[in-house]
Amino acid sequence: MANIMIQRGSKTEYVFYLPKRDLEDDIISMEFNTPEKWGGEIKLNNGGCYYIEPQAAPARLPISLRAKRLDAAE
Amino acid sequence: MSALTREETEALIQEVLEVYPEKAKKDREKHLAVNDQSIEQSKKCITSNRKSLPGVMTIRGCAYAGSKGVVWGPIKDMIHISHGPVGCGQYSRAGRRNYYVGTTGVNTFGTMNFTSDFQEKDIVFGGDKKLAKLITEIEQLFPLNKGISVQSECPIGLIGDDIEAVSKKAAKEIDKPVVPVRCEGFRGVSQSLGHHIANDAIRDWVLPRREGKPFEGTPYDVAVIGDYNIGGDAWSSRILLEEMGLRVVAQWSGDGTIAEMEKTPYVKVNLIHCYRSMNYIARHMEEKYNIPWMEYNFFGPTKVAESLRAIAALFDDKIKEGAERVIAKYQPLMQAVIDKYKPRLQGKRVMLYVGGLRPRHVIGAYEDLGMEVVGTGYEFGHNDDYDRTIKDMGNATLLYDDVTGFEFEEFVKKVKPDLVGSGIKEKFIFQKMGVPFRQMHSWDYSGPYHGYDGFAIFARDMDMTLNNPCWGKMQAPWLKKPEAEAEQKAA
Ligand code: SF4
Repeated sequence: MANIMIQRGSKTEYVFYLPKRDLEDDIISMEFNTPEKWGGEIKLNNGGCYYIEPQAAPARLPISLRAKRLDAAE
Repeated sequence: MSALTREETEALIQEVLEVYPEKAKKDREKHLAVNDQSIEQSKKCITSNRKSLPGVMTIRGCAYAGSKGVVWGPIKDMIHISHGPVGCGQYSRAGRRNYYVGTTGVNTFGTMNFTSDFQEKDIVFGGDKKLAKLITEIEQLFPLNKGISVQSECPIGLIGDDIEAVSKKAAKEIDKPVVPVRCEGFRGVSQSLGHHIANDAIRDWVLPRREGKPFEGTPYDVAVIGDYNIGGDAWSSRILLEEMGLRVVAQWSGDGTIAEMEKTPYVKVNLIHCYRSMNYIARHMEEKYNIPWMEYNFFGPTKVAESLRAIAALFDDKIKEGAERVIAKYQPLMQAVIDKYKPRLQGKRVMLYVGGLRPRHVIGAYEDLGMEVVGTGYEFGHNDDYDRTIKDMGNATLLYDDVTGFEFEEFVKKVKPDLVGSGIKEKFIFQKMGVPFRQMHSWDYSGPYHGYDGFAIFARDMDMTLNNPCWGKMQAPWLKKPEAEAEQKAA
């Protein structure tokens, strides 16, 4: 599990930020993206893949979350 | 000499790597790259923020330097204790030329060195008592200080002192903020982690202090984040923002005060100059206080105008007009500077190797003068810095991360730039090689270089260095070959 931050992006809806690695990348897809259910598997532009516990969509961004790494592009 | 092609640059990197043992070669290879603008993500071509190889000459600093020297040090009305042996603080004292207004020793303390001067006995029995005593003494001798920060040097972490407990207790006693910072030099691979630790300390110990207190804000409040006022940089930036109608509430941290920092959560936008050292706190404020942040670049008129417009776009028409007015006002002045110096500097090639933001930020200023940056690199940059650099640099230019003394020398010998911009540790090597050199950390005791006023000084300094007659006198007259002389006359 890693601490991550999700922000609004300019090119894509969300941007992913992993402070530990200074990894800042666009999120190209998110499994659930509705007000009630938000999160799940997220895919990054660099090919990486993370998982955040599905939850109600946050009232505002950015937000710090815990995420599980499914597949990091390295 | 014309620009190198991609193949030539690649060959050059291989040639320089040749001398290393197999393992070192493999490691260093990842830190050297040929720029390719089509790459979106820097980590495909360059590795950064890794431990330097033992045995090579690196010019990185330590976490303590990042916290005390960069982030905390310039906060002028606080006293920053270099907690540990005397050397770390004394040898770095006042070296960064963070200018400030105030009476040193009375209400400001920027150039002074406070240290707990650890002796053997403190290492053996612990230094907590000494720290408590020191804080009491400081309070007696310098009653106008607005707070104290405890900047840990290496031994503090090693012997396991509890500076947090001492600080909490002392803060109650003197009724001022006392901030323990765990920035022991051995943490992390460079000063970069020190910046992060310092940001976290501000987040935990400074920002919450004013929460919920009244603040008379305006819709035009901004904070300048990550400008350390080196040679007056923050001042020449601030006046532009004020001229366009914004109110600068806080300067982080050059010529800044702790009161300003505490008020920052009330501003409308955080403007970040040095992204590397202060993006952490900006991201935190965005999340916690809902304050957007943006990066700007105040080097060279093109970038200044671009940045002023981008900043104004976040505000209403009044500010947008203000920005245009400021740009129009300085435009003729800047044109005069360019007209004067561009003919003397046109086509010259520069190699840079600096710290946090300058390896990419100053490129625009050089381009304004018709010069070209042919190589650049960061001492302690991370992936996100290189992400931002790739687009600013030309194709097939050199990128080098945490470059070693040897590599940098070889690169300069082969690429033959007309000017090298780096720090004091490189300065004399290159000057003795006969390559004009400017210090791009401390502006060679000149400055400011930010903003419009700064550009005029920047242009003059570059001309002064590059076209200095001394470069033609590098060889003793009796060693001069006749044909070289003829060549010089022709030139
Ligand atoms: S590495 Fe440790 S001993 Fe050296 S300057 Fe930094 S804090 Fe001081």
